[in-house]
Amino acid sequence: MTEKILARTAGREATAPGDILVCSVDRAVVLDMQFSSTAIPWREPLKMTHPDRLAVILDHGAPAPSTRDANGHHMAREFCARYGITDFFDIGNHGICHQVIAERGLARPGELLLCSDSHTCAGGAFNAAARGVGSLEMIQIICTGTTWFVVAPSVRVELSGTLNDACEGKDVFLALAGRYGSADNRNLEFVGAGVSTLSLHDRRTIATQCAEVNAEFSIFASDPVIDDYLAARGVDETAPVKPDANATYDETWTLELDSFEPQVATPGKIVGNVSPVSQQAEVKLDQCFIGSCANGHLEDFEIAASVLEGKTVAAGTRLIVTPASQRVYLEAVRAGYVASIMEAGGVVTSSTCGACFGYHMGVLGDGEVCLTASTRNFKGRMGSPDSEVYMASTRTVATSAVTGRLTDPRALR
Amino acid sequence: MVIEGRAWTFGNDVSTDLLYPQVAYSLPLEEAAQLVFSASRPGWSQQVERGDIIVGGTNFGMGSSRPAVALLRELGIAANLAESFANLYFRNCVNYALPALALNGILQLVSEGDSLRIDFSSGLVENVTTGEALRAEPLPEALLAIVESGGVLASLEAEGYLPPIQTGANE
Ligand code: SF4
Repeated sequence: MTEKILARTAGREATAPGDILVCSVDRAVVLDMQFSSTAIPWREPLKMTHPDRLAVILDHGAPAPSTRDANGHHMAREFCARYGITDFFDIGNHGICHQVIAERGLARPGELLLCSDSHTCAGGAFNAAARGVGSLEMIQIICTGTTWFVVAPSVRVELSGTLNDACEGKDVFLALAGRYGSADNRNLEFVGAGVSTLSLHDRRTIATQCAEVNAEFSIFASDPVIDDYLAARGVDETAPVKPDANATYDETWTLELDSFEPQVATPGKIVGNVSPVSQQAEVKLDQCFIGSCANGHLEDFEIAASVLEGKTVAAGTRLIVTPASQRVYLEAVRAGYVASIMEAGGVVTSSTCGACFGYHMGVLGDGEVCLTASTRNFKGRMGSPDSEVYMASTRTVATSAVTGRLTDPRALR
Repeated sequence: MVIEGRAWTFGNDVSTDLLYPQVAYSLPLEEAAQLVFSASRPGWSQQVERGDIIVGGTNFGMGSSRPAVALLRELGIAANLAESFANLYFRNCVNYALPALALNGILQLVSEGDSLRIDFSSGLVENVTTGEALRAEPLPEALLAIVESGGVLASLEAEGYLPPIQTGANE
């Protein structure tokens, strides 16, 4: 599937692993960090090949936590105004880029989507070849509309069965990382009957997290759920890619969705660091975090609210919940999820990347221990290099917020 | 392209959160570069000299897209070898004109402080200190061309997409 998209955008009939292609990008998404970076100060291009293919989203530091961020936002506004970029998501319409990309129908089947954030593979849930690029590469894409790829081999990930109700997409991803480890710079292509039994929310979590197993691209086969979702967002015509019957794969991985129990990644890294929650010794928690592009969806609010209904967050533990977009926030308010979380003693913040990358609104202090439903558990990721980050599903995090220690969600039923 | 320099060795799964800690986001490039590896190897940035080479383990540069390579270039790092790279980090190396090669067994060939000579066109990596050598898959020509031309910014300036910068401070 990935090869087909790359071949089309490079103007070729077909392609094979090892080929170097220059591809024309269907959709490029630029973030606030592009404008506020001190490492690569923003320089406005003199000319652009395809301003119509750009979207600009304020997310990592939104609303601005510092003067530098605020100045970056200002430059983003001026840039969009000057070039007439209408897909601009300013404060009030903002959200984490991958959520905004999804809910505005910017990730489309069969298209090449690039954005200067490493979790752009989130768009793979929509049958797009989507990946992160560096902000320097993004400048090139803004200017020329093109970039290069060395075509990678693909791994076929065969999904079967139906997820049991203790588990989420996060557990599927963690189980995949635990069982198979790194994708070693290959594409992951998710196919099989299990794709359609997964909700789009779970597929998006899985696609997003494939950044952590070093996938070149991660892409799901398309199905009517995608068509309906996009049609509701005004995208009627799409050109999904399907795997050929004789497609060559480097390897096949299999995941039986009904076979999992809740998983956790222990601090430091994901690959080689995953085990069932039920096998963990006691871990006392200072902070529980639910949010990010992977797990700040409306469905995550629904899960958190259902777990927390009528309960309270444990003394000595704080729960921070960050919606992935303004739209998610509003719908979570309307559905009563925000009230349930707040009544239990949780904090619901404005939508942003925020605590996920230790930037603001939930940064960890020295020696603190956090259980997160966000994307990464690396040393220093969420704040102090002396803090520790465990990673699990939203249900596991919400349950653990109630007990104050890492807890299997099945224990609190 | 041939590069010679002194090696610094690192283990597996070095993340961009270690290379470019979030606290460095608010600092000018020069000061941000002083914080490279501050969490895992305090003082490293101050010991590094222009022309030094980084030799990493597997999955070097895992994690976010942040421009960690810009900080390494600022410190004067001349080349980056590793057992394997995270793909996004490797893209950044090419685009920032930091020559990089993945090579199985490199950590067995190199101890910290050894002098290395790397030929990026042929893929030959020689340990000048020990006299041993290994050959990697060379950098594909198209990518080597980007590195040799000085990276993405230089090309965009040459092609008239970006205004030329007066100070040359963009690396
Ligand atoms: S929520 Fe976290 S992982 Fe997702 S884009 Fe933001 S910083 Fe990156």
